[in-house]
Amino acid sequence: MPQFDPSVWAPQLIWLVITFVALYFLMSRVALPRITDILEEREYKINDAIRKATGLKRDAEDAAASYQKLMADARAKAQAEVRAVRERADGEAADRHAELNAKLSEEVSRAEAGIADARNAAFDSVREMATEAAATATERLIGEKVDAKSVDAAIEAAIKGAS
Amino acid sequence: MANPLEQFEIKKMLDVDLGFVDASFTNSALFMVLSVAVVGVFLIGGMRQRSLVPGRWQSMVEISYEFVANMVRDNVGSDGRKYFPFIFSLFMFLLAGNMLGLLPYSFTFTSHIAVTFAMALVVFIGTTVIAFAKHGVKFFGFFLPHGTPIFVAPLLVPIEILSYFFRPISLALRLFANMTAGHTLLKVFGGFVVAMGVAGVVPLVAVVAVTGIELIIAFLQAFVFTILTCIYLNDALHMH
Repeated sequence: MPQFDPSVWAPQLIWLVITFVALYFLMSRVALPRITDILEEREYKINDAIRKATGLKRDAEDAAASYQKLMADARAKAQAEVRAVRERADGEAADRHAELNAKLSEEVSRAEAGIADARNAAFDSVREMATEAAATATERLIGEKVDAKSVDAAIEAAIKGAS
Repeated sequence: MANPLEQFEIKKMLDVDLGFVDASFTNSALFMVLSVAVVGVFLIGGMRQRSLVPGRWQSMVEISYEFVANMVRDNVGSDGRKYFPFIFSLFMFLLAGNMLGLLPYSFTFTSHIAVTFAMALVVFIGTTVIAFAKHGVKFFGFFLPHGTPIFVAPLLVPIEILSYFFRPISLALRLFANMTAGHTLLKVFGGFVVAMGVAGVVPLVAVVAVTGIELIIAFLQAFVFTILTCIYLNDALHMH
């Protein structure tokens, strides 16, 4: 086998050393630092982006929470206002209702009083007329003046008997 | 039929005599230079744009980087970072050498035991020096694992020492034998294709299949050499 011929060892070993040392320096000085740089830069960028994204997510969550809180507050406030308005309206309605009731009952009682007066007046005039008519009729019948007092008493008794 | 071992012949392309040693530029040296060129163009060319979102070429460069980086991290740990450029160079050099060797009419420098043994020896001496630099005399404790009953020590210590010194030999032989055997096999089958005429399709199919296997072996042997280097480095840094 050509591999075991010692005369070919030296040139191979010398060139092995030359080429491998050249490769080592090419790798360690030129190629590998470039790769390391880009890998580190990428890792840094990715971590940075993740950190930024986390921050933005937290901001968004905060904003969402404050929006929810704002909405809940507004809703509660609106409901409170609606309730207050309704209560006030209810109160006013009740007041007006009571006022109207009072006015109506006052008018009713006034009207009733007027009716009673009118009735009494009518009653009195009827009675007066009845008394006069009775007195005149009696005078014509018996031809003498009748005492007003006895006519009155007779009418009274008649009304009592009628009612 | 051509001699299947002829492909391993070293041919001088340029005579260089330094007086005390023959430093001729050979076909082996050519493929070493080509490997360095291929690896250099692959890595530097792939990173020329240095884009944050890598394209295909840059992705391949990054995958090879991550592959070796993970190997070092998993097998050696964080203090292996210092040796990462060496291990990366070793892996890429062997991978390029093995792969280029599969091209027709090319030469596989990893099929020469002188080359593989020299590399294994560098790894062996390097890890041993690192171990002594880090642990001093305590490194000898490596040959007597913790919790060993003292009466088996006379038996165990020589075995451990022997296995330690066999590391470079097995490392060198594994790569050399795999490459030599694979290429010889390809050559033998290739010879049959020519010799058998029309019936040569049968060995041709075999050559295609073996070439596929050889591609896997070319990668696997580069990987095995590198991962064993990582394991030896880990032993040197952390003992057992």
